Amino acid sequence: MSDIADRVRKIVVEHLNVDADKVTEKASFIDDLGADSLDQVELVMAFEEEFSVEIPDDAAESIQKFGDAVSFLEKAVK
Amino acid sequence: MFDLSGKRALVTGASGGIGRAIAEKLAEAGATVGLSGTRVNVLEEVASGISGDTHILPCNLSDKDSVDALIPSAVEAMGGLDILVNNAGITRDNIFMRMKDEEWDDVIAVNLTAAFRLSRAAVKVMMKQRYGRIIGITSVVGVTGNPGQGNYAASKAGLIGMSKAIAQEVASRNVTVNTIAPGFIASAMTDELNEKQRDGILATIPTGRLGTADEVAAGAVFLASDEASYVTGQTMHINGGMAMI
Repeated sequence: MSDIADRVRKIVVEHLNVDADKVTEKASFIDDLGADSLDQVELVMAFEEEFSVEIPDDAAESIQKFGDAVSFLEKAVK
Repeated sequence: MFDLSGKRALVTGASGGIGRAIAEKLAEAGATVGLSGTRVNVLEEVASGISGDTHILPCNLSDKDSVDALIPSAVEAMGGLDILVNNAGITRDNIFMRMKDEEWDDVIAVNLTAAFRLSRAAVKVMMKQRYGRIIGITSVVGVTGNPGQGNYAASKAGLIGMSKAIAQEVASRNVTVNTIAPGFIASAMTDELNEKQRDGILATIPTGRLGTADEVAAGAVFLASDEASYVTGQTMHINGGMAMI
């Protein structure tokens, strides 16, 4: 797992108060990790802050799973 | 009474009667206040009457870019934002059948769309810090209607509905969203009424007098306070009893 994935996982674990081993690539924030739509917006804001990137609204909407966030950020951070 | 020390507040329309009183009362309670409006000289005069920390943040609410820049500049000037008071409002009265598109659009743009854009930006800041107060100054007219004010009444009713929606979205993040609906408040506008008009208005007000801007500002101080943490999505009517809703 990349460093980015670890950092994303840490944010998710802290924000949603879930076990790290539940945060798998295919885990959906809403369906599997108990997030509501507001949590999802907050996660995106937290990612923006952690990685100093701007995530546009349409990209934010496509980030549904942990893996989506990691792959988006791996591209964006480069 | 209510302590707002360390809180940072932004008041739009701070050069007007009610906005000015709100800015003064928030500052009196200890808040740092950002004064926004279009007339910089009046804002400077308001600031000079406030002993606390103030920042002048000019903004033309009918200009989209100017609106979008306001919250970021307030955050930068004050180091954050805890309280937003969407107070600015305009009227373009006309009998509904004769109301021009521009009269409708201007009022909706300033009274409702600007409040939407400012609240959207503010909510983001407030959610992150897990604390915030958004207060919209609506009007009794937004609830009761008033002939000649179809556009204004719509904008003020819109503000109430919008506030209730935001209130539900962000309540869990310790951000409250409320509105204040003043009735007839003594102002430059009411000074211009003739005696007959004045008597006609007073006959509808059980208290038998116009309200003061300070009486509206007192409501804003309460809603901005920590003590009001369980009050959200509400409209506080400050109208001398002219409408009991």
